Amino acid sequence: MFTQNEPMDGAQALIKTLDQLGIEYIFGYSGGAALPIFDALETVKSKMKFILVRHEQGATHMADGYARATGKPAVVLVTSGPGAGNTLTGIMTAQMDSVPMIILTGQQVTWMLGKDAFQEADIFGITMPVVKHNYLVRNTNDLPRIAREAFHIATTGRPGPVLIDIPKNISQSPFTGDLDAEIDLPGYTIDEAYDIDDADVKAAAALINAAERPVILAGHGVMISRAEPELMEMATRLNAPVTSTLLGKGVFPETHALSLGMLGMHGTAYANKAMVECDLILNVGSRFDDRIIGKAERFGRNAKIVHIDIDASEFNKMIQVDAKICGDAKTAMRALIPHLKPLPSAPWLDHLEGYKRKFPLSYKKQGGLRMQQVIDELFEVTEGKAIITTDVGQHQMWAAQFYKNDEPWKWISSGGAGTMGFGFPAAIGAQCAHPDAVVVAIVGDGGYQMTMCELATAVINKLPVIVLVLNNHYLGMVRQWQELFFDNRESGVDLEGNPDFAKIAEAYGALGLTVKRPADVRKVLERALENRTGPTVINAECIKTENVFPMIPAGAALEDMLIEPPKEKMEKPIGST
Amino acid sequence: MPASNSREIITTDTKLPPQADILGLHTLSVYVNNQPGVLARIALLFSRRGYNIDSLVVSRGRNERFSRMTIGVSGDPKILDQIIKQVNKLVDVIHCHEHTESDSVVKEMVLVKLLTGAARRTEVLQVIEHFGGKTIDLTESSMIVMITGDTEKVDAAIRLLAAYEIIETVRTGKVVMARGEEAT
Repeated sequence: MFTQNEPMDGAQALIKTLDQLGIEYIFGYSGGAALPIFDALETVKSKMKFILVRHEQGATHMADGYARATGKPAVVLVTSGPGAGNTLTGIMTAQMDSVPMIILTGQQVTWMLGKDAFQEADIFGITMPVVKHNYLVRNTNDLPRIAREAFHIATTGRPGPVLIDIPKNISQSPFTGDLDAEIDLPGYTIDEAYDIDDADVKAAAALINAAERPVILAGHGVMISRAEPELMEMATRLNAPVTSTLLGKGVFPETHALSLGMLGMHGTAYANKAMVECDLILNVGSRFDDRIIGKAERFGRNAKIVHIDIDASEFNKMIQVDAKICGDAKTAMRALIPHLKPLPSAPWLDHLEGYKRKFPLSYKKQGGLRMQQVIDELFEVTEGKAIITTDVGQHQMWAAQFYKNDEPWKWISSGGAGTMGFGFPAAIGAQCAHPDAVVVAIVGDGGYQMTMCELATAVINKLPVIVLVLNNHYLGMVRQWQELFFDNRESGVDLEGNPDFAKIAEAYGALGLTVKRPADVRKVLERALENRTGPTVINAECIKTENVFPMIPAGAALEDMLIEPPKEKMEKPIGST
Repeated sequence: MPASNSREIITTDTKLPPQADILGLHTLSVYVNNQPGVLARIALLFSRRGYNIDSLVVSRGRNERFSRMTIGVSGDPKILDQIIKQVNKLVDVIHCHEHTESDSVVKEMVLVKLLTGAARRTEVLQVIEHFGGKTIDLTESSMIVMITGDTEKVDAAIRLLAAYEIIETVRTGKVVMARGEEAT
């Protein structure tokens, strides 16, 4: 161990600081400009574990999965140029979903910056729009302070990724500064998030107390704030049903009588109908994403809208609100709850129960293996207790519908960015965080192939991640849109040439299983759950042309939801993607 | 030799748009860390929402750790309100406020280079005097004048000087300061 007086270089000071900050995992890939930092991993004694990935994008999703399973950031460590460039998708994914992450990129030496030196990329400039904050370090002695600032910025307020670009001469120069240098951020204060405006609370309470048909819309902010108890208290005090966003799954138990499940484009019919018919929308910690509001002008037009958010720039961005409370979700709800009274919502809850009976989530049990059935059986066999990660597409929406979450931090899915290739590495990160947990990556055959190389990472680290490949040999969600809106003209969606995923798993030294018959699903899942010595890949050969319903075509109003396949030809959606 | 009339004057000066076309003018004061990259972060937020920055003045603050920016933009006030909040969210931004004519003074300066022989020089000097301007460069054939004031005054001066041969104008863009004791 170093003392203040022992000589050390910038990289060693950096690693020491990260260890002090309580970082557990560094996911990374080495390279020339990061050599001093990689060397410091060997020379500095720390509690941190380094995981060598197979592609830098995988490292970012692993750090993301770790953060979404714990609420704590992990570090991504890569080299300059292409190494840094390969992290972009993962950084953007974290930024869109408010996930804390610290990315360290090696960089060319300072006197070569801007001269097109080998593996030089202006990653500081490139990442500006997709980070919460970033740094290009110009003084070795700044490293501990900047690492502390990055950690503070990444984890407080609305969390997000912070990138530190470190030129090689900066990391390998002697460190002569203060290892305990304190953060110095005059432009970043978070105190006001915990100082709730009393007048705003009273105005919000007045609107809420006048409601007869309330709906609470709970988002990721509730989880980040660890405000599940307050949400439960508020919902039960008001007698208000709760619907959650994709990222909010688990902040309110989905098996609870007041739960409406997920709302939005592929949400439950009853959640979306409730949003249309309610007279109050109480949004806690969701940013009114375009996937949940549909046509903005028609969203909540019969309702008063109250919005609680820690980020002031979210108010009136998508939806004009009637009242707002700016601040941390837990603190805000604690301030609000004493002002709330039980609402006369019994007829409304009865009405919604009717919708639940009339429009349940369901799927056909005959005619081949369906993704819904595989997910449904996974839910049963794991008793809803697994940590689930997903990729993006049809399997993701079915997983959201059929894998009910009663607890937070167990649903890990790329929402805002919609990043394919996310699920498997995110599962590796979640498994690192919780070695004894059952972690299942529910992925499609498209997304899985984007980051499949991380099988080596999972095998070497003996991580018992289960990869459930719901394989329809299609980019199914795009094919669904082409079927519904483009006269079934398939273009760029046929994944012919898929490899045998079970055999690939075996080639990496993992357990590979295949299931084709509906009757065999349970047996195969149980076999996978037994294997705790390393990863298991299940190739589930599913029917090719199933579509996800309910569906609100992009840009359509929530009341124009399709609960079942349309009988007539549909107009092309005008909304975003 | 007097300026030859045969010499073609290439002017980079553009005509002023009619006042009615300039809708929703806004003046923002942004106090930021004096660090590389801060301007890029702010500019990115405006460009992403399709906002053009009409004028921009950046200079070091009295405390050299910080810089002061005055940004002139035009556009929908609702969107602007959201951009201001996003600018305020940047870690390098200490604060960002919008200022109106009533709560602040807004000034700018223009340099105008004119082609004027001795014959019309007196006329030009009268115009400049009216606007409280100054002559800061004078040759046999040309002069540079400096005029300071609010945007309307500077616009009016340029309009009047356009009766002569303007070679070019350079405007500083607006700087703003809150009225009274309150800090900007």
